[in-house]
Amino acid sequence: MHLAVTDLACARGGLPVLTGVSFRLEAGQALILRGPNGVGKTTLLRTLAGLQPAMAGEVDFPADEGAYASHADGVKLTLSVTENLAFWAAVHGRQLDDAALAAFDLTGLRDRMAGTLSAGQKRRLGLARLAVIGRKVLFLDEPTVSLDRAAVGLFADFLRDQHLAQGGIAVIATHIDLGLEAPELDLTPYRAAPDAAGGSDEAFL
Amino acid sequence: MSIWEYANPKKFMGWTRPVLPWLWALAVACIVTALVWGFFFTPDDYKQGSTVKIIYIHVPSAMIAINAWFMMLITSLVWIVRRHHVSVLAAKAAAPVGAAMTVIALFTGAVWGEPMWGTWWAWDPRLTSFLVLFLFYLGYMALWAAIEDADTAADLTSVLCLVGSVFAVLSRYAAIFWNQGLHQGSSVFRAGRPDSVAEVFYLPLMLSIAGFILLFLALVLMRTRTEIRLRRASALEARMRSA
Amino acid sequence: MIALLIRDLRLAIRAGGGFGLGLAFFLIVIVLVPFGVGPERAVLTRIAPGMLWVAALLAALLSLDRIFALDHEDGSLALLATAPLPLEGVVLVKAAAHWLTTGLPLTLAAPVLGILLNLSPEATPWLLASLGLGTPALSMIGAFGAALTVGLRRGGLLLSLLVLPLYVPTLIFGAEAVRRGAEGLTALPSLALVGGVTAGCFALLPFAAAAALRVNLR
Repeated sequence: MHLAVTDLACARGGLPVLTGVSFRLEAGQALILRGPNGVGKTTLLRTLAGLQPAMAGEVDFPADEGAYASHADGVKLTLSVTENLAFWAAVHGRQLDDAALAAFDLTGLRDRMAGTLSAGQKRRLGLARLAVIGRKVLFLDEPTVSLDRAAVGLFADFLRDQHLAQGGIAVIATHIDLGLEAPELDLTPYRAAPDAAGGSDEAFL
Repeated sequence: MSIWEYANPKKFMGWTRPVLPWLWALAVACIVTALVWGFFFTPDDYKQGSTVKIIYIHVPSAMIAINAWFMMLITSLVWIVRRHHVSVLAAKAAAPVGAAMTVIALFTGAVWGEPMWGTWWAWDPRLTSFLVLFLFYLGYMALWAAIEDADTAADLTSVLCLVGSVFAVLSRYAAIFWNQGLHQGSSVFRAGRPDSVAEVFYLPLMLSIAGFILLFLALVLMRTRTEIRLRRASALEARMRSA
Repeated sequence: MIALLIRDLRLAIRAGGGFGLGLAFFLIVIVLVPFGVGPERAVLTRIAPGMLWVAALLAALLSLDRIFALDHEDGSLALLATAPLPLEGVVLVKAAAHWLTTGLPLTLAAPVLGILLNLSPEATPWLLASLGLGTPALSMIGAFGAALTVGLRRGGLLLSLLVLPLYVPTLIFGAEAVRRGAEGLTALPSLALVGGVTAGCFALLPFAAAAALRVNLR
């Protein structure tokens, strides 16, 4: 189990934003992405997850092991907490176990409609998806938005004690300290030059 | 040197610039000659009288209307397979021309149909197919207009063009199945058949068709050049903003 | 795939609107027809097959933009794209769910509304059969249109403009089958053509729609 990124370049709206990004993570390792707004953290994570094509370079991790999560976490308001999670488990060919609910302190809310949850509870439900789908390589885009301190703690515990401890890998873009022992990668040096080659409209210049 | 190099935007701008004026001149010369010849120097049809002369506009515009879509299908395919920007921009440029030709064909057809069939419009398969074709052009252009990102728009309109082509053919056969119609068969490519066009009308018609083809080429090249300039402007602007 | 189908059906039922709105629209259009063309029974009998088909088609159009838009807004679509399910399968399931919540109820309601338009009794089985065979194609073509316009803020109107011309063959063959059935002619060839169009749509459009979705997710 590993995630190897070699000389990756990615584009937003057809324009290069990042070039030459390389890193390698082994099982049980995490990486925190840093950098000012607009530097390309979301673009990088989406490219890693395969949602958009890379301009150049390679992303290598075992097939069917990647999962992506952002603030839009696919929670359906008219489904109950259990129904939401059971759906994502079923799509990934797994069963919903109670441990995932417990890890995000959702046991007491299990039959509530997601629409009646508070913003923070909804986010916990969205993150609990990561615990039920059983994917080993997580690409997380600002996972702690609108979580209170206790919930951030729950999430950090899940990442450290369950995900990473069982040989998972995570790449996380975040502004707050999750308390993980993980290296940080500042993306600012990889920012593409304004006239960098490889934009989709390059032929017109 | 491969033929694809001519599809590079800069190369394309280069070789189309000297070609365009000649195309325009030839197109205008052909059409003017054909129309003058057709209108004033051919006899009236013994059955249809002078209304038959609409044929010099009706048939060429109808041919261009269909073949413009066919050209868009091919250039869209080239974009999907080889990702040449000029190709898809040519498709974008051809759509309004094709739509206009469809309207001209429908309008001249109505003007011709009124004295001949006694009605401006009939739900005949040929007429119906052209109306549906016009709707396809509208949808294609609307999709281009609605999407901001140029490459996304190019991809999606190309997919629409492919699927639309299949459905356009299907609609054509469905319309034939649905109503057998008043419209005569194809006027041109049936040499030797008694109901095809007589020799006196044939030459000016051919000239007019050639003129319309040249006009179509000139319009598409001109509009493609405009689209390339627009893309170049937005590419430069995007880089200036991020600099 | 079954989990996705069950989820979509559950969402459609819980959110309301899905079943109800399309059906109500169908009813209203059919009720409006006699007001427009007059109550003469012979005229209504003549136009009933076509009106029922056109009204069903418009009713199916109403809910098309929700096929992917809601899942796109809340991020589900991006998550589904990284799930083991192929996107073509997602499209297929979404179209099936749309048909089960609109096409099927419309088909079942059509004979009742046929009575309002004085549809001849011989035509009723053909109406059921042609709508039953044809409405899946409407859902599938609609899913393709929805995939094209999913990223657009005001895609609804554009979606109609894109999808309606694509509906022409289905409408022609479908209404023709009912009309022939009503006149006691052989309607089987028309019905077979409806089935052919539907089969072709289901064979090809999932790929086109999935390609459009991938472009829109970029």
